[in-house]
Amino acid sequence: MNFSTRGLLVASVLAVASVIPSQVMAQQVIKMDGSSTVFPFSEAVAAEFQKQNPGVRVTVGVSGTGAGFRKFCNGETDISNASRPISKREMEACSKNGIRYIELPVAFDGLTVVVNPQNTWATSLTVEELKRIWEPGSKINNWKDVRPGFPDVPLRLYGAGTASGTFDYFTEAIVGKAKASRSDYTASEDDNVLVQGVARDRGGLGYFGKSYYDENKDKLKAVAIVNPKTNRPVLPTDENVLNGTYQPLSRPLFWYVNAEAANRDEVTKFVLFTMRNAPALGKKADVVTLSPADYSAVLNNVFIKRKVGTVFGGEQQIGATVKDIIAREAKQ
Amino acid sequence: MTNEMPDLVDIQVIRRGIKSRKRMDNIFIGVGLGSLAFSLGVLLVLIGKLLVEGGKRLFGQGIAGLWNFLTSVPDSNPEVAGIKIAIIGSFCVILLTAIIAVPLGIGAGIFLEEYAGRGDLPIPFPKWMSNIIEINISNLAGVPSIIYGLLAMGLFKYQLRLGETIATAGLTLALLILPIIIVTTREAIKAVPQALREGVYAIGASRWQMIWDHILPASAGGILTGLIVGLSRAIGEAAPLVTIGALTFITFPPPFPFSPKLVGEGLHGPFDWLFSPFTVMPIQVFDWVSRPRPEFSVVNAGAAAVVLVVMTLSMNALAIYLRIYFRKRVKW
Repeated sequence: MNFSTRGLLVASVLAVASVIPSQVMAQQVIKMDGSSTVFPFSEAVAAEFQKQNPGVRVTVGVSGTGAGFRKFCNGETDISNASRPISKREMEACSKNGIRYIELPVAFDGLTVVVNPQNTWATSLTVEELKRIWEPGSKINNWKDVRPGFPDVPLRLYGAGTASGTFDYFTEAIVGKAKASRSDYTASEDDNVLVQGVARDRGGLGYFGKSYYDENKDKLKAVAIVNPKTNRPVLPTDENVLNGTYQPLSRPLFWYVNAEAANRDEVTKFVLFTMRNAPALGKKADVVTLSPADYSAVLNNVFIKRKVGTVFGGEQQIGATVKDIIAREAKQ
Repeated sequence: MTNEMPDLVDIQVIRRGIKSRKRMDNIFIGVGLGSLAFSLGVLLVLIGKLLVEGGKRLFGQGIAGLWNFLTSVPDSNPEVAGIKIAIIGSFCVILLTAIIAVPLGIGAGIFLEEYAGRGDLPIPFPKWMSNIIEINISNLAGVPSIIYGLLAMGLFKYQLRLGETIATAGLTLALLILPIIIVTTREAIKAVPQALREGVYAIGASRWQMIWDHILPASAGGILTGLIVGLSRAIGEAAPLVTIGALTFITFPPPFPFSPKLVGEGLHGPFDWLFSPFTVMPIQVFDWVSRPRPEFSVVNAGAAAVVLVVMTLSMNALAIYLRIYFRKRVKW
């Protein structure tokens, strides 16, 4: 047998082997996929869980909330990471395939509006002002047009790319309609690019997930957002995100657990582990974790009782607080 | 003598002509050197920057630190997170890519160059057909890799139900580099002088003997260069693998390729590695770069990128060595 025929033989053996559908080790692996915002949290708990349970393997992919739900509703994953509630279309896809799910709020994220540290004037902004800046067709290109009394400094905008959940949430919360935004701004899916942009630009204004601000506090200044209900400017601190005063830019992050997979031993163990250890582990995971009491409420009232379905009815809800969501999940 | 010497144009004019041509020469040398210095400079700056950024992680704690980085699994703590799984994943994917693409690519190249368009084939294969194929292959070489990812997602992942496995990744990258291998194989074969073929035929060899014993050894240097250039392109690809759903967080390596079947393992024995979930180096770098914490986005991403550059450069160095080695053996 010479070299070339051997190569052909290997190739054909491979081709034959590939036709056999594979479910190798499916029973020992917990598969997760979805949002990049939730990823650090899932990674942190998964890493620690595996150290304590060497028999169980957890994998986490980052294909975005939408693509994550597509796989989840196909039955490809056990847990879907989501930075927004499941949408109507995704609910239909899931029910068509007979996939039922348990919706668990696992953490919060505060979208942070940032300016350059040399920007001494914009300490707080209202939702109305942000809307006038960001709405489609906006012509505001100078700070003096944002609010009377602001100086004559060119305004340059930095924001999330259109494929990200951050973009969806920000436009919905500020402009009032998901994906409605002016398009003449520096857009990037990589938030570190936006950080650099605002840090170098005296007239810059940008928005991104809170963790990117927390890591770059020396280069950026967070703008307090005037809460439309109380009319008080609120800074995006962990407390304000959790107690529901940093509105409308706080958003809950979810795990959607496949209800059938939830009956598997290792998945139950993993969720229990997560709810017990999240306050400690989430600290290093770039998200705002719930209080231990809230986690036990989620665990006892939602997961243990196997409350399937969503309480959002397929809609993004601006300004939902932890207590609110847990109460509704429990009542479901 | 009536014929006058061509006018005694001033020697000055001639000298000026020579001088201006020399000047052009020098200008060209300058431009050439300039472009070389520019591209090399950019490369060096990039590698230097990566080394400076990643050096802390690579060389900060001596050999132990480097070893630790290369042999640790991903973690949410940047100081203990490593690239073991990504290195093994890259290795396995490239191994499968080579197993598929090398015989197919070289075979197709030989066929198109030595067989196609000759009248003596068992099945008619006219010249115009090979021309069409040639044009298509050259075009395929320029198709963006993400397109291959989309194709692979539909075909391998869903149609053939290979899922998000090394098999899918290897097949995808094999498709991606096949055009490169075919084109370089053809070029290498084309460079073998026609006289060699005629000489071999003249002593009564068959076509296959001519190809196997003379054409292939004579063109081995060029073919191998093409192979390795193709494979080192494949090793740096992230986009198509993200499309087919390579994981981001995974802490266990695939089974060792072609290892004998052990009790309690998967269904495919020595082929288990093909059906295993995986991640690869470029995806690991990509994930770390977009993290908020500089320990990930600068230090670890830089360190992993250095390792990736070293892997690619050593593959290219191997290509150069092989080319020299085989060229020395070819004598005519």
